[in-house]
Amino acid sequence: MNLHDLVSQLIIDSTGSASLITPDSSLRAFLPELVICATVLAMLFVRLFRVGRYVDMFWIALAGSIAALYFAAPWDHLGAVLTADQAAHPAAVTRMEIFTGMLVYDTFSVYVRSALFLFAILFVIFTRLSGIPDHEDSPDIYTLVLGATLGMCLMVTANHLLMVFMAVEMASVPSYVLAGILKGRRQASEAALKYSVYGAGAAGVMLYGISLVAGILNTAHIPTIALTLAEKFSGGLSAVPSGELMVLALGALLISVGLAFKLSAVPFHFWCPDVFEGATAEVNAFLSVASKAAALALLVRVALGMGVIAPTGFAPGERWAKTHQNAPATTPTSTDKTTDLFYIAQEPVTAAGAAAAADSTAEPAKLPAMQSLAPVRSFTAKLIAFFAIITCTFGNLAAYGQTNIKRLLAYSTIAHAGYMMMPVAAVVAMAGIDNAGAARGIAGLAIYIAVYLFMNLGAFAVVAFLRNAMRSEEIADYAGLVRRCPLTVVCFSLILFGLIGLPPLSGFIGKFAIFASLVDGWRAVEAAGQPGFYLLLLLIVGGINTAISLFYYLRVVKVMTIDDEPADRPPLVYSDVSLAGAYLWLITLPTAGLIVAWDWLSEMADAAARNLIG
Amino acid sequence: MLTPDVLLTLIVFLPAIGALAVAFMPSDSKDWIRVVTLGVTIAVMALVIGGLMVPENLSGGWNKGLVFDTAQADVQNVVNLPWIPSFEIDYFLALDGISFPLVVLTAFVCLLAMAASWTITKHVKAYCILFLLLETGMIGVFVSLDFFLFYVFWEVMLLPMYFLIGVWGGPRKEYAAIKFFLYTLLGSVLMLIAILMLYFYSDVSDPDLVAHLDKCSLRPEVRARAEKLAADRLPARDVVVAARAKLAAAREDAKAGTKSAAESAKEIEAAEKALQTAIADEAAVTVKGGGPLHTFNILALQQIGQNTLQFSQTIQWWCFVLLFIGFAIKVPTIPVHTWLPDAHVEAPTPISMILAGVLLKMGGYGIIRICYPICPHGGYDLMWWVCGIGVASMIYGAFAALAQKDFKRMVAYSSVSHMGYVVLGLGVWSARAETGFNSYFWDMGVKGAMFQMIAHGISSAGMFFLVGVVYDRVHHRNLDEFGGLFGKMPYYTALAMGIFFAALGLPGLCGFPGEFFVVMSVWKFSPLLAILSAAVVVLTAGYILWAVQRVYLGAEYKGPHEDHLTPSNFRENTIGTVFLFFAILFGVFPHLVLQYMDKTIDKQTKLLANWTAAVKEAQPTGRAVGNALRGVPPPVAAEPVGNALRGVPEPVAVEPPGAE
Repeated sequence: MNLHDLVSQLIIDSTGSASLITPDSSLRAFLPELVICATVLAMLFVRLFRVGRYVDMFWIALAGSIAALYFAAPWDHLGAVLTADQAAHPAAVTRMEIFTGMLVYDTFSVYVRSALFLFAILFVIFTRLSGIPDHEDSPDIYTLVLGATLGMCLMVTANHLLMVFMAVEMASVPSYVLAGILKGRRQASEAALKYSVYGAGAAGVMLYGISLVAGILNTAHIPTIALTLAEKFSGGLSAVPSGELMVLALGALLISVGLAFKLSAVPFHFWCPDVFEGATAEVNAFLSVASKAAALALLVRVALGMGVIAPTGFAPGERWAKTHQNAPATTPTSTDKTTDLFYIAQEPVTAAGAAAAADSTAEPAKLPAMQSLAPVRSFTAKLIAFFAIITCTFGNLAAYGQTNIKRLLAYSTIAHAGYMMMPVAAVVAMAGIDNAGAARGIAGLAIYIAVYLFMNLGAFAVVAFLRNAMRSEEIADYAGLVRRCPLTVVCFSLILFGLIGLPPLSGFIGKFAIFASLVDGWRAVEAAGQPGFYLLLLLIVGGINTAISLFYYLRVVKVMTIDDEPADRPPLVYSDVSLAGAYLWLITLPTAGLIVAWDWLSEMADAAARNLIG
Repeated sequence: MLTPDVLLTLIVFLPAIGALAVAFMPSDSKDWIRVVTLGVTIAVMALVIGGLMVPENLSGGWNKGLVFDTAQADVQNVVNLPWIPSFEIDYFLALDGISFPLVVLTAFVCLLAMAASWTITKHVKAYCILFLLLETGMIGVFVSLDFFLFYVFWEVMLLPMYFLIGVWGGPRKEYAAIKFFLYTLLGSVLMLIAILMLYFYSDVSDPDLVAHLDKCSLRPEVRARAEKLAADRLPARDVVVAARAKLAAAREDAKAGTKSAAESAKEIEAAEKALQTAIADEAAVTVKGGGPLHTFNILALQQIGQNTLQFSQTIQWWCFVLLFIGFAIKVPTIPVHTWLPDAHVEAPTPISMILAGVLLKMGGYGIIRICYPICPHGGYDLMWWVCGIGVASMIYGAFAALAQKDFKRMVAYSSVSHMGYVVLGLGVWSARAETGFNSYFWDMGVKGAMFQMIAHGISSAGMFFLVGVVYDRVHHRNLDEFGGLFGKMPYYTALAMGIFFAALGLPGLCGFPGEFFVVMSVWKFSPLLAILSAAVVVLTAGYILWAVQRVYLGAEYKGPHEDHLTPSNFRENTIGTVFLFFAILFGVFPHLVLQYMDKTIDKQTKLLANWTAAVKEAQPTGRAVGNALRGVPPPVAAEPVGNALRGVPEPVAVEPPGAE
């Protein structure tokens, strides 16, 4: 292969065809991210000019986020199940590895990215109302937020361990700066420093794990890792040299450290409360929602990617070439060549095996490959279950003693990370046994992410508005607030009850969905004759934790509604009837009213889970 | 003209709509808010009575086809609309003889409790909003027959209740409120686990279920799908049944020792393998046809629990335990009753009335509607535990009531004691081999329990109201510091005597028939428990009479604020008189209540008695001896497989002698 071929194949891979950008090209799939990039650049560029100083960056950031959501188009891609004909349409979203397999574009990416962009829109409006970035700071903050969002999008779509690392770093580095955005506040600087030191450590450990795994398996491309593992384990666990097995397990553990850091899973959560206390409530909202959603999506990508043989998808430009047979210059690029390029460029050793497996004729070989990956899945599921149990329990217990609302919500975030990891364990355990059930489990997680987005954003919005009103973030200072601003207190109470997971609030829908996936997983795994007790244990732990969490959420509600107002509270400058109040109601409405009709959400979540498992 | 959809939805959600309306009223016009709230509760009562009880020829025909038909055993006024199709969750409301009396009771107690709420002067607007939301939750629990919907309503009550106790309660209100919340939440989390287990093990496309689909009130589309898939599965199911019979035969042979040990072990192994393959084949057919069709429909789950093998004995046992704990907390029985005295003592009077009058009934309702019909295996295996818990609650509650110094706490413990009768009555599974599977006595126990729930709703809500009246005047509840109220508040004391005697179970008042039926039915089950439960009546008489003596009789009042002991006013007299009126009415004519529940309860106990005969205590016929008890699926349940599909009439269960 000469250089010219290489370049022309790269062009085809990026644009879909040699002459134009097709709807099924890598670039088209990546368009929302490109929009975010353009927005970031625009904000930096406008600032260079004197006139630009007067431009309000809020509008640019808002327009950019809306445009990104528009191009992500969840309303187009998260519909009913596609027929084979519909899936063959170039604009349809099934599974497509883009940019030579570095990223993967499927309905799950569409769903989580859309959630991230929706969050970005709501977040930008929220910062405007809370006034934390003043005119001078706003380009910095919005640039960092959108930059981190870009990194999170990459986390959601990562298909290669190097991309995993890059994406995690790209999401983390702006977050470090965001944590310290209030210049001159000791606490903020401390938070930023702690965050970055922890982050750097975790990143290093993860990179080490990646190098171990990639070194043993000669690849870092996640679907190829699954194939190689399947090949290795095809003779049973005992056929693998024990040293190799140990290095693989160690690699997986080290990678999980990096993921656990992003998820703030116990015992890698220590940064979380300190950072949340030091950073502003706005930044907390961003970290606790967007960062967490992306980390969960990444967990799904890595855990499922390594434990499941990836379903066959299309290559960029393939469908366009089929539907436009006469289109120029598409004939020389058949699919396996694109794949060839990628594998040759990266790992010549496994190229033959991978190409053979990617070929559709190798379909019958998939089933035994799935079977031989069973030990990988079992290991992953138990590892995640273990993290979920301690994270959830510790988060809830530690939240009990907090007096600062931001610390309390930090521990609540940790606990929720634990809840959200539970369905992932069930999904990994179910894959290969009951694929439809596994897809429902992913859908459950997707539902949880959607409802959690509104609940946590709302909670931090209340904290920010109250901070502006009374310069305090101590729970004790909230005493008797119901007498001053009843509507806000009602909102906050609804959100907190939602976080407990009480019906009829939307938190219950999320909890119901993930508990359902656990029961489903337990039943399926037991029916297949494998030990599924740990899934039942997860369910019981989840249930008991729900009851434990009641105490501390309810304490905040109690302080606000039942307690008397303190005599020495800072003066309260706040009105329920304001833009801020309206925004709060806007955010609370989905939490309070979703129960009336949430089938559409469930269907979208089902659609999101469709292309993950064969 | 009304349809059931509109009527039932209105009955459930009218209070919530009222709450929304109240939210937009100015908060300083307290009297208007109270009047509107009372108006809403009256409207709900009017809808229940006017829509469901007044005969068509009297109502002018506006409730045509809606009047509750006491001759019908199945559910009526069915509303079944798709809600969340991706989880097969329906908006499924209906009434039958078990739920209808409780709906009426709820509307009745809410109306009187709201009338008693004029004494609440703090944050009236918030109080009324929460009160109305609470009413929506309570009625919703009784009318919803979709498990998910039921659970949502069940939890909806928690939030208003927490605030109603926590904001308007007594000195230890926060402690009491969170204790109530925590206990109930823990119970409902266990319930959620059981609900999900039942959901994922259920499958309405089971060929065994086809003959029983009529009783499930599935939506027509779902039913059509279920029937089609069941027909597809039938050939595969025949193979499964044959394999199962073969396995049972092989095991029998092994036991009889007709063949050598090695040979029969081999045979069993082969049969087991064949069975597994057959089950896997059927599962493959199911999946191919778009199944399995899980369901949250409570009626379908009942049929599945009684007529198919989907819920194994272990699953039923665990689900029964989980659900029973959840409901027992609400009843409450010992040892999970400790929230009740605190909640009652701290709650304001009207909320105590609702708590005792309605909320406790939800536990009993759950046990009779969900625990026994869905998980009969668990109910059968644990019948001694259930009855034991019931009797222990009765005795413990009565002794605890005797020891109380606080008037309200004494009434609260009397609730524990009285609700013990309910648990006992529901649990007396006397339809066993020794009675010839005669469901008569169990039927009597369940009816007694249901009657006791209604009667307790009247007498105990009345007692809390009466305690509240005197507490409003003298601001203490110390039993030892009362006395002589007869002289100062004569009319009030007369009411109190009547209602307290009703709680005591005096013949001619509403407390008597329920207790009598329960104790009678227990005699067939266990004479020891019958004697114990009958003896509790003496203890009840002890604490009630002693309280009456210390509070109302005696020469003079011994406590503080003597000058505040003014005679009861018109509003208080009216409420008390209504309570007393119904206490006497239902005591003299228990049939007024029983007529509504007769058919439904007859049917339910008869079905469970047949189930006992067919599955649990299968008579030695041929080789199938006691297989059910060893976990081997019973041949009886396997026999009628798909007969309905083939047009063969289902074998009619043999009527046990003396059932009528």
